[in-house]
Amino acid sequence: MRRLALVVLAVFAATYAFAQTADKRRSGYADMDASVQKMQDDDTANPAMLWVQEGEALWGKPVGSANLACADCHTPARLGGMAGVAARYPAWSPALGRAIDLEGRLQLCRTLHQKGPALADESRELLALTAFVARQSRGQPVASPDDRRLDATLRSGETLYKRRQGQLNLSCAQCHDDNAGQKLAAVTIPQAHPTAYPLYRLEWQALGSLKRRLRNCLIGVRAEPYPYSAPEYVALELYLAKRAQGMKVEAPGVRP
Amino acid sequence: MANVLINAPKSVKKGQAFEVKTLILHPMETGFRPGTNGTIIPRNIIEDFVATYNGVELIRLKLSSAIAANPFVAFQVAVTESGTLAFRWTGDEGFAIEQSVAIAVE
Repeated sequence: MRRLALVVLAVFAATYAFAQTADKRRSGYADMDASVQKMQDDDTANPAMLWVQEGEALWGKPVGSANLACADCHTPARLGGMAGVAARYPAWSPALGRAIDLEGRLQLCRTLHQKGPALADESRELLALTAFVARQSRGQPVASPDDRRLDATLRSGETLYKRRQGQLNLSCAQCHDDNAGQKLAAVTIPQAHPTAYPLYRLEWQALGSLKRRLRNCLIGVRAEPYPYSAPEYVALELYLAKRAQGMKVEAPGVRP
Repeated sequence: MANVLINAPKSVKKGQAFEVKTLILHPMETGFRPGTNGTIIPRNIIEDFVATYNGVELIRLKLSSAIAANPFVAFQVAVTESGTLAFRWTGDEGFAIEQSVAIAVE
């Protein structure tokens, strides 16, 4: 009898341990309609590839008073030379002394090395370059750096994620942690893993960054969205990247 | 800058159908939406899409305001001789884009 109890206990412990370690994270991709999944998977039907193509052209174009193209430093310029880079952002920038996302890194290269003007936030050129770089990390695991200098930003990202805000008084976590998988009207609430950004949203009929998506959510809970340059976005992006650590990058994705 | 993605095989078997896929960057502004100052944003859409093979018309589409931005057009075709597959998009505000790809018949 005692032996049986021990076996039962062992089985229970093993199942419990498995349940604890099994990865329950899922990308928004898994909840999409099959037709939209197909659109994302097929590079010749994925509208985001229009931006990738433009980004590739911009990559080779000299800019600024230094007259340098991205391709002059980052060789080879062909698709693949920047593999894995997008998967590591947001990262710490020693030059600025703060965390920056991929867009911020591109802007930094433009102003610091190419000595040209920064691109407008959410502009077509910036999205195109971001999409071109992000595309090269497709299929790679999200690898948010284990950098102590990012700790403060990460903590503020987590605080923001869990803080109630807006007239609806909702936090990100209430939808995307507590109620992910449930319905919000006809839409399945995703777990909010930022693995497909920048992505083409059918609703936008255009490519958009993770910032734009976060603004969407802020407006959704009737909070005032931060300006595009606000550090709050980078903090949230960093926290989301840490949550999605190890998940596959699918950028540039398509979402409904 | 016109931004077009065309996907067609470089070489095909004689008489065997293959798929051609095209995607073009275009806002397809409907002409029904008011802008921030309340006035209607003028219509700006692609009106016509024509695909030809060695000058022979394969498909002609009349697009309308109801078509979403960045129109995607796919069709099937079979050819018997090598040649050039040409596409033309024309629309409002003098929009006119031509692109072509060569196809070899084995």
